[in-house]
Amino acid sequence: MQSIYYERARDAAEALRLAQQDGARFIAGGTNLLDLMKGDVEHPLRLVDITHAGLDRIDELPGGGLRIGAGVRNADAARHAVVRQRYPLLAQAMLSGASAQLRNMATMGGNLMQRTRCPYFTDTAFSHCNKRQPGSGCDARQGYQRMHAILGASPACVAVNPSDMSVALAALDAVVLLRGRQGDREVALRDFHRLPGDTPQQDTVLQPGELIVAIDLPPSRMARHSHYLKLRDRASYAFALVSVAAALDMDGGVVREARIALGGVAHKPWRRPEAEAILHGRPLDDAQCRAAAQRLLEGAQPLDGNRFKVELAQRAIVRALRIAGEGA
Amino acid sequence: MPDRRSFLQSALAAVGATQVPVAASASQPAAPAVPAAPPQPVRLNINGRDYNLSLEPRVTLLDALREHIGLAGTKKGCDRGQCGACTVLVDGRRINACLTLAVMHEGQRITTIEGLAQGDKLSPMQQAFLEHDAFQCGYCTPGQVCSATALLDEVRADGAGFTDDEIRERMSGNICRCGAYPNIVAAIREVALRRS
Repeated sequence: MQSIYYERARDAAEALRLAQQDGARFIAGGTNLLDLMKGDVEHPLRLVDITHAGLDRIDELPGGGLRIGAGVRNADAARHAVVRQRYPLLAQAMLSGASAQLRNMATMGGNLMQRTRCPYFTDTAFSHCNKRQPGSGCDARQGYQRMHAILGASPACVAVNPSDMSVALAALDAVVLLRGRQGDREVALRDFHRLPGDTPQQDTVLQPGELIVAIDLPPSRMARHSHYLKLRDRASYAFALVSVAAALDMDGGVVREARIALGGVAHKPWRRPEAEAILHGRPLDDAQCRAAAQRLLEGAQPLDGNRFKVELAQRAIVRALRIAGEGA
Repeated sequence: MPDRRSFLQSALAAVGATQVPVAASASQPAAPAVPAAPPQPVRLNINGRDYNLSLEPRVTLLDALREHIGLAGTKKGCDRGQCGACTVLVDGRRINACLTLAVMHEGQRITTIEGLAQGDKLSPMQQAFLEHDAFQCGYCTPGQVCSATALLDEVRADGAGFTDDEIRERMSGNICRCGAYPNIVAAIREVALRRS
């Protein structure tokens, strides 16, 4: 690993000031950044440690929402009593990701900032990667395609965002709170990650020097009817081939409101309100679930090696909705 | 007569040297040339003892333990957070020592495999691994034992049960190439049930 300078920020203001320096990056859990530095993929010159910057609080918001500090460790958020009670979907998704050790290290903000990536990005033996080296091409598209995106990809990039947490947050309409030199701003989680387009090197809309301070969860009426279904090549500690965050607001047997977010299929969590609307105001039956699933996958452009994901995702959606509908 | 470690290091250095032309031929963005960050004082508390070290910021907790302090019980497997051989406890929580910088852990209590026993008396988890023959080559064992030690508290905090499936899921961050998993699960189950 290359040489790096290290500074510890005592609060968010100091973190923002230190991040102005050339080649500076924030570090929290470090589980993705240090891994990519060891792999010669990321090359920060200095790391600004924000684990002592006072960003690790979880506070209830007026009206029933919850604010989770960016520095809260994934394991602590998943274990938090209010998260488990009001947002079991989020707890379930987070506990399905990574390993216990990594969840003890990784933070909420760091989880959002983990690179959207494929093995051709992380392995520098492959010289063509538009995400690693803009304009160099894409070895992934003609390579081993099993894990690649089937929705929203571009000729430049077929990588998938591997975060389980973000899929649940997308379904829960979470909001990311950002702080920069010019002040604070809020970005809906659904808009935080980008599709690759011609600039796959940019995973998110975060501006240089900007800091994630917290994630807000609005009040949810879907705690009783939610389910995170993750399908993968081994039972634990693997990225999703396809995952589904399903949440329902039920009025008796009728769906008042539905949310469906997909993971493992795109450069960002995949949601489509018109697919969810198919379920609104009707009983939750298999035909409606299949119709919603079909709509959510509309326009999928699979490659030869991941064509199975289109059918797999639709079946996973139906199953996740059915389990969510049965209730906790 | 070189000891095993120095022999392996020189052997690995030779392997590294032969691979240099291969690495150089790949057109990668080179790390920008800047003066290396100098070593700085780092004070770590490990197994109840304070160590005053001089470390470059890039030194991982794992390398600090093994190369700078001489506590080689914590193992380097993949060095990329995938195998769990480097699992240690920081303020009682299990983490991968390979994916964190030593300098980030000043002021915390670090416990390694060397710190689990009380003198010559093995910890209950160490003893159970012995009794259940929960290893073959033993390389992953320090990480397995540290991980399993923290697992006991986590399961209790979560109000979960100690079923075999629960133990397997929660130990999935520790890989055993010899495949000693059934006996590892048995050892953990026994300690968990004896304690509860």
